[in-house]
Amino acid sequence: MTTVTPYRSKRKSGSDGFGRLLRAEWTKFRTVRGWVIAVALAAAAAFGISVFLASNGHISCSPGPCSINGQPPVTGPGGLPVNDAFYFVHQTLDGNSSITARVTALTSAPALGGFQGPSATGLQPWAKTGVILKASMAQGSAYAAIMVTASHGVRMQYNYTHDIAGPPGAASAASPRWLRLTRSGDTVTGYESGNGTHWIKVGTATLAGFPRAVQAGLFTASPDAAQQGQTRLFTAATGVLDHVSLPGGAALRAKGYEFPAQGFQFFGREQRSGEFTEKAGTFAVTGSGDIGPYQVPSDKTADSLLGMIVGLIVVIAVAAPFITAEYRRGIIHTTLAVSPRRGRVLAAKAIVIGLVSFVAGLAAAAIALPLAEKLLQSNYYRPPWFMTAAGLTSGTGLRIVLGTGALFAITAILAVGLGTIVRRSAVAITMAIAVIVLPELLEVSLPQSPAQWLQEFTPAAAFGIHSSIPRYPQVACYAVKGCYPLPPWAGLGVFALYAAAALALGFLLLRRRDA
Amino acid sequence: MTLAEAVHAEWTKLRTAPGNCWLLLAAAALTITVSAAVDAAAGCSLSVSCQPDVARLSVTGIWAGQAVVAVLAVLVISDEYSTGMIRTTLAAIPRRTTVLAAKAAVLGGVVLCSGTVGVAGSILAGRLILPGRGYTVAHGYVPLSLADGPTLRAAGGSVLYLTLIALLGLGAATALRNSAAAIAGALGLLYVFPLFAHVTSDPTWHRRYEQIGPMTAGLAIQATKNLGQLPIAPWSGLGVLAAWAAGAMIAGWLVLQVRDA
Repeated sequence: MTTVTPYRSKRKSGSDGFGRLLRAEWTKFRTVRGWVIAVALAAAAAFGISVFLASNGHISCSPGPCSINGQPPVTGPGGLPVNDAFYFVHQTLDGNSSITARVTALTSAPALGGFQGPSATGLQPWAKTGVILKASMAQGSAYAAIMVTASHGVRMQYNYTHDIAGPPGAASAASPRWLRLTRSGDTVTGYESGNGTHWIKVGTATLAGFPRAVQAGLFTASPDAAQQGQTRLFTAATGVLDHVSLPGGAALRAKGYEFPAQGFQFFGREQRSGEFTEKAGTFAVTGSGDIGPYQVPSDKTADSLLGMIVGLIVVIAVAAPFITAEYRRGIIHTTLAVSPRRGRVLAAKAIVIGLVSFVAGLAAAAIALPLAEKLLQSNYYRPPWFMTAAGLTSGTGLRIVLGTGALFAITAILAVGLGTIVRRSAVAITMAIAVIVLPELLEVSLPQSPAQWLQEFTPAAAFGIHSSIPRYPQVACYAVKGCYPLPPWAGLGVFALYAAAALALGFLLLRRRDA
Repeated sequence: MTLAEAVHAEWTKLRTAPGNCWLLLAAAALTITVSAAVDAAAGCSLSVSCQPDVARLSVTGIWAGQAVVAVLAVLVISDEYSTGMIRTTLAAIPRRTTVLAAKAAVLGGVVLCSGTVGVAGSILAGRLILPGRGYTVAHGYVPLSLADGPTLRAAGGSVLYLTLIALLGLGAATALRNSAAAIAGALGLLYVFPLFAHVTSDPTWHRRYEQIGPMTAGLAIQATKNLGQLPIAPWSGLGVLAAWAAGAMIAGWLVLQVRDA
């Protein structure tokens, strides 16, 4: 009996490594001329439209430097742009001293006489009333204040950017809040008490060069309400304060003064009014505005970079067919015969199209960002008042450029995932575009609270990667595209979760279904 | 073959192709769902002011529904190219104008039906949801009713809007033949103008985007309040969309005439 050995090739069998799979997918991509052209077009369109958006529209600043609401911009200590608008009931206080007051109410107030523009009713979360020590009656001068806010408890704030949280809770007649500031040299310390005898220290402020004679008194401020789009509405609040005492139990012999509001506004302009009344030591102080860092009213850089969305749409139109075309042409049978491990095929596709899109997005943003900033500045949107320049080499600039690359890559992976699920390019493309564009569209059209929800939980969060303006939590934010609740990379992470979910579902279906 | 027979053939194709029925249902369902969600989210209280135009608010779902309509419109022609069915179609009906006209008529008809369901459902949802979200008679908001002239125009105009979107998609897909390019192009054209308008602070450009964009201009038909402040009057806005749709259809017709299938 003879044994027949079956023929075996002497050649080593080729490796079926992942590297080969990647190479195969890369070959598929690069040999379809339409796809290569489309990805180049995606980068070009993203760049071109971003720059175009940056170029149209400007602030008129002739003659002379740009003003905000017809007034020269207010600068705080250190040259920082600030808001300094509130109603101040004040008197001069000399040397080391203290001021104490009891807050029994903080309520919203109607617009006062002379007011012309649109107004909002209701108490703003950051409406505030309390006691303040201010270096002078000039706007932008150094100050330290302790206050009760509508929904953020007791705060000690000083020199515009500093904010220290005190005990939570609002003030009412049933549970009044006692506030005290004591000054010793350059140091101001804030205290809070529930009963006027037992005091808790909230914080200490060191104000360099705080003059000997300062203005001390009571104040109320109520920031603008953010409305749909870029509209801002005037608001006013009334604080009721009593047991006002100066050192030695002296009474406040005060005058009222209104620090006028300023703020750049696109649609309409309001004027504000404040007033105070005193009856047997009880002061009712009505004011509007805010004391704090000036929040740039719109994120011009991020607004311009919304042009990237055109690039994303084109990337989707390539990435979804990257898988669906295989189904339409039947190449999927060959692909899966060559590489039966289906998960690896999908992974290779996602990596190839993701990397290609990453490069497209990176290139588009790297050229668009400096050019857009230059154009914005030549149109008088200049830092620090109307925009914050990021620059390519700054941390923000790098984040915007790398983040745009990642945004393109995640978009492509989402489209591949959806394409694997539905297997039809038109449906997959529509789903991907809807997932990205619709939350963005609803976000700019809805009032601020649902808009912020969209920016936190939907793919719209990803566009926070383009934010270029600093965000201060103690200041109400008005810029539609500047107030993302999540940090930039976390927002991109939310979007990545959506893409990962689509890819995972695609993977499950690819394994379970016949091709 | 007469136009009536061509329409009958197209109707048979549309009716029997898998998925089309689901797309029509999805268009209506998505319109109603998104409208209801926006109604619920746009509630007003003492600190959040009410949206002035409730009729417009209650049919916001069209923003999502139109995407499904566009998919259907693109698939009606591009599926024929991808499967090769177009050759059979053109062999049966050699007059290409008749083919395109029949497709447009059938597509327009079914979208008209689906759109009517979606819009009527959205108005009904608004009528039921909005009074509970602060839009009460006490605040000066009467419940939505189609007996009200402007509301009827907003509702009827929205249905026409969806029909025109379908023609825009059909024209783009006939001109481009490639379903990916056609759907991305059509949706891009619809969605980017309102986004750009929102981020453009310059009033001239803001207005310009809203007047040119097929979606921004076309949806002016939904406005029932402050008509004087609209960037474009309701019916002229729908006219702008009709011009876009006509442009796409003419381009599609030319390509169909000139190119081999």
